[in-house]
Amino acid sequence: MIEIKNVSKSFGDKEILKDISAIMETGKTNLIIGTSGSGKTVLQKCMVGLFEVDSGEIIFDGKNLTTMSEEDRKELRQQIGMLFQGSALFDSMTVEQNVKFPLDMFTKWNLQKKMDRVNDVLERVELKGTNTKFPSEISGGMKKRVGIARAIVLKPKYLFCDEPNSGLDPQTSMVIDKLIHEITIENNITTVINTHDMNSVMEIGENILYLYHGKNEWEGNNKEIIFNKNQKLNEFIFASEFLKDAKDMRMLEEKGIIDNDRNMDEIMRDGGANLVMGDEDNKE
Amino acid sequence: MKLFSSIGAYLLMMKGMFTKPENFKMYWKELMHQSVEIGIGSLGIVAVISVFMGAVSAVQTAYQLTSPILPKETISQIVRDTVILEFAPTLVCIVLAGVVGSKIAGELGNMRVSEQIDALEIMGINTKSYLVAPKILGALITIPLLVILAMVLGIWGGRVAGSLGGILSADTYDRGLLMNFVPKNVWFALIKAYSFAFIISSVSSFYGYNVKGGALEIGRASTIAVITSCILILFADYLLAFFIL
Repeated sequence: MIEIKNVSKSFGDKEILKDISAIMETGKTNLIIGTSGSGKTVLQKCMVGLFEVDSGEIIFDGKNLTTMSEEDRKELRQQIGMLFQGSALFDSMTVEQNVKFPLDMFTKWNLQKKMDRVNDVLERVELKGTNTKFPSEISGGMKKRVGIARAIVLKPKYLFCDEPNSGLDPQTSMVIDKLIHEITIENNITTVINTHDMNSVMEIGENILYLYHGKNEWEGNNKEIIFNKNQKLNEFIFASEFLKDAKDMRMLEEKGIIDNDRNMDEIMRDGGANLVMGDEDNKE
Repeated sequence: MKLFSSIGAYLLMMKGMFTKPENFKMYWKELMHQSVEIGIGSLGIVAVISVFMGAVSAVQTAYQLTSPILPKETISQIVRDTVILEFAPTLVCIVLAGVVGSKIAGELGNMRVSEQIDALEIMGINTKSYLVAPKILGALITIPLLVILAMVLGIWGGRVAGSLGGILSADTYDRGLLMNFVPKNVWFALIKAYSFAFIISSVSSFYGYNVKGGALEIGRASTIAVITSCILILFADYLLAFFIL
């Protein structure tokens, strides 16, 4: 579990994070959402110690990152895996070397044991057989998966993902989301994901923190977000008519009004989701 | 003001390199890799420059020494001393500031922009000691060796140009090389080589490591690294000559 307590951060005169408090739960995919410039990346970089907070505390299972020594911080970081927005793979290394790098640096395992672990994680992210390829030879989705493999190769307790779906098509995004979610559950790790991908919010948002202009505006999960009354959050999430319709459909589904294919067919026969939504209260 | 903050940041980067390596074997591997990159990677250009530098030096010295009183051996003495004292350490290092300096700044800049440095930091690796220190040590190992090679090839280039151009025979050239030789000049050249190697590698690392922005800034950082290195090399060259010779 990661506790964020009253964290504030400024760059010069500009206050980016304003007294943010939240809890990132273990075994769950914790999402930080918000518009561009809302402070998601800064918050995540504060959480991993790449930025120092101006005030407040970040506590990893009782260990306070903000007050710990550099040595303790290095030790803690070995329990952290991170997937970067651009994957941040080492260009000069092959897929295998990228994934093996943390093992080379931090373990005294023999080559066979290292290779077994590398092949295990590559198989887990469905990249078996790509060992000798260079990052420039693989697709964006594959790079993300190599990034995930490298992040989890040391079996971290905490996994951070910065915009894991940026630049990916919706189908590949879903695969990446599913993979991160499965890995989180399998290994019971605390996963923190920065995203503004609504598919991710709906699919894997087990614990969601919505930032608005550096403030903690809303907290909840993907079930609660459907019924939330927060205007700013609704404007952010359901920005398009299509998403508004999708939300309404999901609400009906959550309320049990449409729960099987037959109902869906009926709705479509009646003229689509909008017709149904206009009459939502009556149906309830 | 910006100059002082840059000097401060540079000194902090230097200080940050001195930590216990997370894995000595990996650091050693990186040092060897950088030594090969800097040393072997620059071998070709250094060889070509050195040979022609010596050759041109021999031809131009002969052109200027028109007095019949001066023995022909003087030409090889002048070539030897100019190559050892100035051409090999300074000219070669200025070229290396371009070749090696831009490579170091570009490599680190790209790693910074593509978040590779952040990825290493997150793993708990001190990037200053893992990325910067091997480059500086690699340069300190290989650049003086390249300068020694440049001395040898430069003097050989003068010999070849002298004999092929009918300026002086190879025997006369060799005899001149052995006359009035001052061993201190070689030590002085090596002191210069070490100093310039440190300037090239540390200044380029500093600009590359601290790149902010995108691809444009990487190019800009490389250019600034090369310009700053060249200016500092010339400044250090003057100071070393003033205090040591």
